[in-house]
Amino acid sequence: MLTLTCPCCGITAEETEFAPGGEAHLKRFGPDSSDADFEGYLFARKNPKGVHFERWRHAYGCGKWFLAARCTATLEVFGTYAAQTHKPPADLIKKIKAKRPEWEPQA
Amino acid sequence: MKRYSIFAVAREALRYHAGWERAWRSPEPKKRYKVVVIGAGGHGLATAYYLGKVHGITDVAVIEKGWLGGGNTGRNTTIIRSNYLQDPSAAIYEKARSLYEGLSRDLNYNVMFSPRGLLMLGQTEHEVRGYQRTVHANRLQGIATEWIGPERVKELVPILNIDGPRYPVLGALYQARGGTARHDAVAWGYARACSSMGMDIIQQCEVTGISQNAGKVTGITTSKGEIGCENLAIVVAGHSSVLAEMGGFRLPIESVALQAWVSEPIKPCMDVVVMANTVHGYMSQSDKGEMVIGGGTDGFNNYTQRGSWHHVEETTRALVETFPIISRLKMLRQWGGIVDMTGDRSPILSKTPVEGIFVNCGWGTGGFKSIPGSGFAMAELIARGHSPLAAEFNLNRFKEGRFIDESVAAGVAH
Repeated sequence: MLTLTCPCCGITAEETEFAPGGEAHLKRFGPDSSDADFEGYLFARKNPKGVHFERWRHAYGCGKWFLAARCTATLEVFGTYAAQTHKPPADLIKKIKAKRPEWEPQA
Repeated sequence: MKRYSIFAVAREALRYHAGWERAWRSPEPKKRYKVVVIGAGGHGLATAYYLGKVHGITDVAVIEKGWLGGGNTGRNTTIIRSNYLQDPSAAIYEKARSLYEGLSRDLNYNVMFSPRGLLMLGQTEHEVRGYQRTVHANRLQGIATEWIGPERVKELVPILNIDGPRYPVLGALYQARGGTARHDAVAWGYARACSSMGMDIIQQCEVTGISQNAGKVTGITTSKGEIGCENLAIVVAGHSSVLAEMGGFRLPIESVALQAWVSEPIKPCMDVVVMANTVHGYMSQSDKGEMVIGGGTDGFNNYTQRGSWHHVEETTRALVETFPIISRLKMLRQWGGIVDMTGDRSPILSKTPVEGIFVNCGWGTGGFKSIPGSGFAMAELIARGHSPLAAEFNLNRFKEGRFIDESVAAGVAH
């Protein structure tokens, strides 16, 4: 059972209180983009074995979306942060690097 | 390979069973193979088997990171059915089901295929309409399924409570020739047959890299050294994205945990497989008497082969209303596997952007039932460059929007 902290209301709760929302920081592509870009946006996921940035919603709490950094190979949650950002905060990256020295943040 | 037969049993009985040989060899890898299959689960071994049996290609190695059949092949609920809505799915799953019927004889290995019949309960009006539509589709596809009323359901499964206040049983989609098989035996039987054709099954050998030259695959790097190959088949289910990254391309796959669990063994009480998709639980009784129960997947990416506890609780709780008999059963053990989910919940059997690399993945929650059909189609794709069964399941469908949408057809959250 994952334990997550909602950065919006500050409550720490078990995963049953949250709803997972898939990979975070996806770049949107609309109707005028190429087929490859559109396919990438809709379907091609990083799906890494290791550090993963993802969206969650505090479904049975404040109802807000937020983002989390989690390891898919160990289920360790590194931290959560606000959804209103295009990339993970620097201090979180630093924290993950300290725990997973071989990990490189991808663009 | 010595054949298994009643004479072999009698012969060995007379000499203290000292003459049984190992079912498959465990050789060191050669420098080069015509085809290397990554993943010695059911799908990988079946691919190798049909490459040899149908296409005469026996210069094949099957590489396995862990032990043979230790991934999802050993972690499922062994249900076999082909009652799919979409034509391409119905074709490949029906091919698999029909191959299962003759598999024990074909492999000279008892896979304990038990065509005990399979029910998919209609517990809401919406579900009833959906399954009746599937029955009509199956009729056009030449697959024997029928819609049966609640009385017939009760007759087939006396332990079922058809008058549940919340989820009454309004009828069921019945596939009389669906059933179960012994999951380990399927992997072991294919492995033994592959080995006897001269193929190398290499266990405890992790692939760490894929080498290419001018857009064409040349070999793989493994924990047991470099292995060259002309063609490479990636058949690794939950780890498909990891292997694809080594190959330099990306797949429309997300890996999530799917769990199953069994109760303590009880006397025979249910001789069909029952799926209740409204509450998303399914149950059958194993030959040992355990009630084998499966539910839905977790919603988040996961490679740990263990899922969230609350799914076990939710599914069991939901099934108790329909099967009051299980309310006081103790659950014996629980396990999880990592399934590879695609956007349309249909598999991918396809060439890739790298020449010579083929992928067979995306079977998601329905991999076991499709093993023989998947291997048959994959072998044809590798050997001939085209397979009618696999044609619709290519990677381009995501770019072109030609989905084989079984997620909607199944009406469950998967």
